[in-house]
Amino acid sequence: MIAHAPALAVVLARGQFGFTIAFHILFPAFSIGLASYLAVLEILWSITGREAYMAAYRYWLKIFSVGFAMGVVSGLVMAYEIGTNWSGYSLKVGPILGPLLAWETLTAFFLEAGFLGIMIFGLKRVGPKLHLLATCMVAIGTLISATWILMANSWMQTPVGYAIGQHGEFVPKDWLAICFNPSFPFRWVHMVIAAYMSVAFVVGGVGAFHLLRDRRNEVARLMFSMAMWMAALGMPVQLFAGDAQGRNTLQYQPAKIAAMEGDFTTLAGQPLVLFGLPNVDTARNDYAISLPHLGSLILTHTWDGTVKGLDAFPKNDWPVVFVTFWAFRVMVGLGVLMMLAGFLSLWLRFRGRLYDTPLFHRLITAMGPAGFICILAGWTVTETGRQPWTVYGLLRTVDSASPVTLPMVIFSCTLILIIYFVVFGVGIRYLLAMMANPPSLDEAPPSNDPPQRTQGITPGPAGGTGKRTEPHPGAGDRSQGVPAE
Amino acid sequence: MIADLAGHPILPVIWACILAFVILAYVTLDGFDLGVGMLFAVEPEPHDRDVMVNTIAPVWDGNETWLVLGGSGLYGAFPAAYSVILPSVYPLVILMLLGLIFRGVAFEFRFRAIESQRRRWDWSFFGGSVLAAFCQGAILGALIQGTKSSADLQFSGGPFDWLTGFTVFCGIAVVFGYALLGSSWLLWRTSGKLHTNMRRHTQVLGIVMLAMLLVVSLWTPTLNPSFSHRWFAWPGILATAVAPILSVVLAFVFFASLKKEEGQHDRRPFFCALGWFVLGFLGLGYSIFPMIVPPSLDIWQAASVPSSQIFLLVGAAVMIPLILGYNALSYYIFRGKVEPGAHYH
Ligand code: HDD
Ligand code: HEM
Ligand code: HEM
Repeated sequence: MIAHAPALAVVLARGQFGFTIAFHILFPAFSIGLASYLAVLEILWSITGREAYMAAYRYWLKIFSVGFAMGVVSGLVMAYEIGTNWSGYSLKVGPILGPLLAWETLTAFFLEAGFLGIMIFGLKRVGPKLHLLATCMVAIGTLISATWILMANSWMQTPVGYAIGQHGEFVPKDWLAICFNPSFPFRWVHMVIAAYMSVAFVVGGVGAFHLLRDRRNEVARLMFSMAMWMAALGMPVQLFAGDAQGRNTLQYQPAKIAAMEGDFTTLAGQPLVLFGLPNVDTARNDYAISLPHLGSLILTHTWDGTVKGLDAFPKNDWPVVFVTFWAFRVMVGLGVLMMLAGFLSLWLRFRGRLYDTPLFHRLITAMGPAGFICILAGWTVTETGRQPWTVYGLLRTVDSASPVTLPMVIFSCTLILIIYFVVFGVGIRYLLAMMANPPSLDEAPPSNDPPQRTQGITPGPAGGTGKRTEPHPGAGDRSQGVPAE
Repeated sequence: MIADLAGHPILPVIWACILAFVILAYVTLDGFDLGVGMLFAVEPEPHDRDVMVNTIAPVWDGNETWLVLGGSGLYGAFPAAYSVILPSVYPLVILMLLGLIFRGVAFEFRFRAIESQRRRWDWSFFGGSVLAAFCQGAILGALIQGTKSSADLQFSGGPFDWLTGFTVFCGIAVVFGYALLGSSWLLWRTSGKLHTNMRRHTQVLGIVMLAMLLVVSLWTPTLNPSFSHRWFAWPGILATAVAPILSVVLAFVFFASLKKEEGQHDRRPFFCALGWFVLGFLGLGYSIFPMIVPPSLDIWQAASVPSSQIFLLVGAAVMIPLILGYNALSYYIFRGKVEPGAHYH
């Protein structure tokens, strides 16, 4: 009998889980943001009747259907991987997390799946009202899904409302407390805005990319303008949400904050470390650049507030300092850039130059993936900062693993790595190729019919608005139809 | 507090029934999706393949969601079973998921790819469907044949305990069973040449399916004395005899309706095939109940605490009827024969 999986097997199982979930989160985040954007477009179209809204709707609907399929299959892996890789964990946490995940399936996944077919294939089959309803249901479904999964994840960060059962498992005592655990509201707000911002930058990037080729493309102008409004208004809110979440974490997971900030010693008037290389052996940051007192100011909102350092915790309870510290800087750094880009767009807009500043369009095209990088960085902060626990302070990661053998884990890791890169790599290329295709007012709906099918990958037929003057990289060759970023 | 069933709490029994329903819904609904993928092997015409995919494109995602509910429902209601079963068939689960990835993305990718790459996604649609179906069958076989678990409710067997002649046979049987569901579904939903081809395939697959059903039914009782006792001892045999008798009745209807012209009884073969699946499934449930991980873990040992099961039961009771409702709406909207060249939009 194998009581505990060998150490290397645990490391690999963790790596495999981290890799697959990091892949997964990209697609749902894209779907959450895009579904809401599609709903907004269809609502605006049904109110104003302006064709550009419908054209943008059809353009993004095709992209949505591909991204969604990838979200579904990568999510399916997650639903079973919890059991294959973390049977110790799923046994102990099952009574609490199991029902949450099943509620998610019942309320969210079926809702999305049930209306997705109508949304994608029903444009001409059902009336506009039912179609709008389907779009809204899919959008609501993605938000419900985010709600349940973030309840589950947040409970692992800030566990409450449980008792310990006879076999050492967590037994639910108060479901309301479990669902609305202390870090959930903060995480939900931050994550949903994150999804919206990521999509805003993708839509804005695609709009900008096509404006660079044809400034008069009405659909591209519409996308770009909407996205820049979103960025300008949303990013400051995201900054507040992030700040609030940080202070919540300070209250419940002070060791994680210490790692994020690179604070090794407890201090009143903690400095803010901008850069540095955290060195766990010497318990200091090499080559640090820091601003005095600012750390305390940000976290406690007072000049001389005391912030605990890592020295306040036993060393075997320290998270992975280096990764947590740097992932946090990547997220916040890019977040600030995104906010500045949003402000810049406001300034250009009020000077009437929003559509006529190619340099800005280039910048926004380059920032297309910024939101997704933030999302991955943010989750890395959250998850590696929680180590060495799976349920914070209660269940250690080493006790969570499955009794599967090392060769088995190596086998599955290799296979998953290869297949993910091949399948999702190709999928992402198809997505980019579709985005490289210029939007036009007579955008075709998604269709499996040969003539329209090529629409997604090669420029539209000459019957389109025909405003594109020069051939662009997407022309004819799918494999090169990727925006240069 | 909670009603009892001969001294046992009733909640786990309710949950066992719900899960059985969920798995059956998955097997029958996604079964014909996967079967359509398998039939790519015998239908090489690109146009025919487009029609075949179009019969399921608007509904496949909903069908696959039953598998997610199976996983998360098992986790929610019987975490111990979930934690023992999944590691015990680890490679099968991973391969099944990878198979589902390939055929899931192929739905979208085959319409985005340029002509020369398209065949690749057609093959992945076929290969993913076969792989997923085989693994599902083998997992089912492994479950029936028994899994070792320790006192602390963890899997305690070896990594290849599942690999026996029986599990491999079950895998193959499910592949052919799904192919039958797929061909009879297409028989119903297509017309013309494709329809005629499906009539032929359905005939052959129907015979194979019946033969395999027979073998599995005779093989299963030999694996565990309690199974054979339950099946063949008096008076249980009165109940068990119903399944084979009904199967034979269905077989008559099935082969008779295959002899008709297109337009007459087009949907009958499909519902007969569904009937065989339901009967086989009920027989299986009858064999193993109240075990959830035979031979040692029963539904009461594996059950989550009542507060978890009740919390989830509220969700299931409200949501499952709703889900069935709007899934039915989707099938209704996309009803009728899918004509060659016609497409949804
Ligand atoms: C577009 C994505 C995005 C952007 C622009 C930002 N974040 Fe973020 N952040 C996330 C995406 C994200 C996330 C993926 O949503 C995380 C990971 C887990 C979570 O709950 O949210 C997260 C976590 C996260 C945490 C929580 C760590 C924990 O759970 O303990 C903090 C303190 C911040 N963020 C702070 C910020 C600040 C100050 C930002 C300033 C602009 C910021 N984030 C921008
Ligand atoms: C979706 C975005 C997420 C990302 C990018 C992410 C990333 C990661 C990473 C990188 C690890 C490995 C950490 C380490 O070993 O240092 C990890 C571990 C883990 N995460 Fe997450 N995670 C995400 C969300 C979630 C959610 C929603 C759950 C729960 C339902 C979850 C549960 C876990 C568990 C159980 C582990 C394994 C134990 C551990 O190493 O902590 N994660 N995740
Ligand atoms: C351990 C963590 C996770 C598990 C087990 C999981 C499971 C799943 C499953 C099974 C699906 C496919 C559903 C279907 O068949 O339609 C899915 C899709 C989805 N997931 Fe996850 N998921 C996890 C993490 C997350 C996170 C962190 C989020 C968002 C905050 C999220 C949001 C979604 C959404 C919106 C979908 C719908 C499909 C899409 O939009 O692409 N999931 N997930």
